[in-house]
Amino acid sequence: MSVGFGAGMTAADSVAATSAPEGGEGYETGSVWRMILAVFLENRLAVVGIGLIVFFILFSFAGPFIYHTQQTYTNLSIENQGPSLHHLLGTDGDGYDNIGRLMLGGQTSLEVGLAAAILAVFVGVIWGAAAGLAGGIIDAVMMRIVDTMLAIPFLLLLILLGTIFTVSVPELVMAIAFVAWLGPARLVRGETLSLRVREYVQAVKVMGGSQRRVLLRHIIPNTVGTVVVNATFQVADAIIAVATLSFLGFGIAPPATNWGLQLSNGTDFVYAGYWWLIYPAGACIVLTVMAFNFVGDAMRDALEVRLQKR
Amino acid sequence: MIGYLVRRVFQSLVVIIGVTIITFILLHLLPGNPVVAILGPRATHADVVALTNQLGLNKPLPQQYLIWLSNLAHLNLGYSYKQTESVDALLAARLPNTLLLVGTSTVLAILVAVPLGVLQSVRRNKPDDYVMTGLTFVFYSMPTFWLGILLIIVFSATLHWLPAEAPQAQNSLLSQVNGLVLPVVTLALVTLALFSRYMRSSMLENLVQDYVRTARAKGVSGRAVLFRHVLRNALLPLLTLIGLSIPGIISGAVVTETVFNYPGMGYLFVQSAFGYDYPVLLGVTVVVALATVIGSLVADILYAVADPRIRYV
Repeated sequence: MSVGFGAGMTAADSVAATSAPEGGEGYETGSVWRMILAVFLENRLAVVGIGLIVFFILFSFAGPFIYHTQQTYTNLSIENQGPSLHHLLGTDGDGYDNIGRLMLGGQTSLEVGLAAAILAVFVGVIWGAAAGLAGGIIDAVMMRIVDTMLAIPFLLLLILLGTIFTVSVPELVMAIAFVAWLGPARLVRGETLSLRVREYVQAVKVMGGSQRRVLLRHIIPNTVGTVVVNATFQVADAIIAVATLSFLGFGIAPPATNWGLQLSNGTDFVYAGYWWLIYPAGACIVLTVMAFNFVGDAMRDALEVRLQKR
Repeated sequence: MIGYLVRRVFQSLVVIIGVTIITFILLHLLPGNPVVAILGPRATHADVVALTNQLGLNKPLPQQYLIWLSNLAHLNLGYSYKQTESVDALLAARLPNTLLLVGTSTVLAILVAVPLGVLQSVRRNKPDDYVMTGLTFVFYSMPTFWLGILLIIVFSATLHWLPAEAPQAQNSLLSQVNGLVLPVVTLALVTLALFSRYMRSSMLENLVQDYVRTARAKGVSGRAVLFRHVLRNALLPLLTLIGLSIPGIISGAVVTETVFNYPGMGYLFVQSAFGYDYPVLLGVTVVVALATVIGSLVADILYAVADPRIRYV
């Protein structure tokens, strides 16, 4: 598990020193993206990662249409049975088919992970860019707020939020985003600080362009590369956060389920030996998170390559 | 240098005050009524009112905050709603345990991550690099609780080498060292994954610098270049990373403590959250945030001592 929401990756990213291209446009020409794509696809781990992501999305969302299980009525007479022809990965404590549970859990885990990451990045980018552009006192205040929230370990914040709000999917998404936006905010602020002294930004000001135009048309598009990399890692972190929260007991209440909750329930049966309730859920989490990490790593390498060929 | 120190300390103070405000606001959004929680469902209305007044919960929020803040300055964190001890007694009992867990894990992680990162950078793109990087990736992607459970399954349930639960003796954890092994190893592995990845990329960045080429041209042996020049420069960003990672490591410790029933602050926090135990939650958060701020302050100061360039930031 990454030990901090994007904070570790933020520092690593700043060491990797990605920054925007010279030239002024916020939009890159097609050939550059094609080059990035080529480098990206060369990285076999990245291809594996994308493959895994696609697999899990299909498994969770399209799977139930192919492998029919009923997830509404419990059937305690067949609870905790091992794998059989009828139930390929056995049944869980309520008599539900386990693969069906994994599909349902995957839907929630992936939904929350993706939504939280997108929201976090959205908020973080705007906050960071605005702070970096504004400078002075406003920048100092905005960044102190970020620092303050970073000082509280994210899990403590998440648990606190989990006790305040009755947890449903939208609230879970907002809670995780509430903790995760700090990483992109710091990252984008750093990028903005280095971007705002570029000639083309100053040219826009000389021409009479507003700050808002500078922000939206020039600064933010030029941070897209780093932001996308960070967003990928945010998804990975968010999926782990959902799983951890559910494991601790602060996640979404049944009958909704997610992989973390299934893993948590499964661990009650460690000594009983019901491996099918434990390992598949854990494997799903680890494989999905690894996939996003592969993709994020490969994208970061691809971006660096582009910069080296400048 | 002094100017840098003063600015950093001032920043830290601002952050600490901000933390107290945020936690105070958050905790007063909690829906559970602590007075009812203390008195139980059979309390009469008069009892509830009396206890509310006694605990000072009917005063306006800013006033409550100031009262609490002044108590904090006197190291009085209040009384737990659920348990019969004062918050600082609870924390005093648990804080050393958590410090032991976090400290040992972090030191272990650093001790393994640095050589591992150096090794990975030297043997870049060779098979052993792939294996090590692959393993680090796997540990990096695992939720902490999953790793803990796996270790329990392997070492406790199957092999019976180590106990599944941490030692519960209140006075001395060190009396049963083998109960400490699994929690420390779990937390260390997860932290290690992050540190060694970072160390590896930091080393790789430094190895392509000009000064390395100069040193080699001067005839310095490969090993001396590595350890006397590159390693020192590569370690510096790791210092900052360690400072930044402290909140994350503590989050990991919360999970690890819960998995292993380790009597530390993280476990206390989780239990108190279930019981809406305001003062304990607030106390733990403040203490942990304080530790984090001090930790990153120390890391930054060490960095400034080691690297004169950043003193003028």
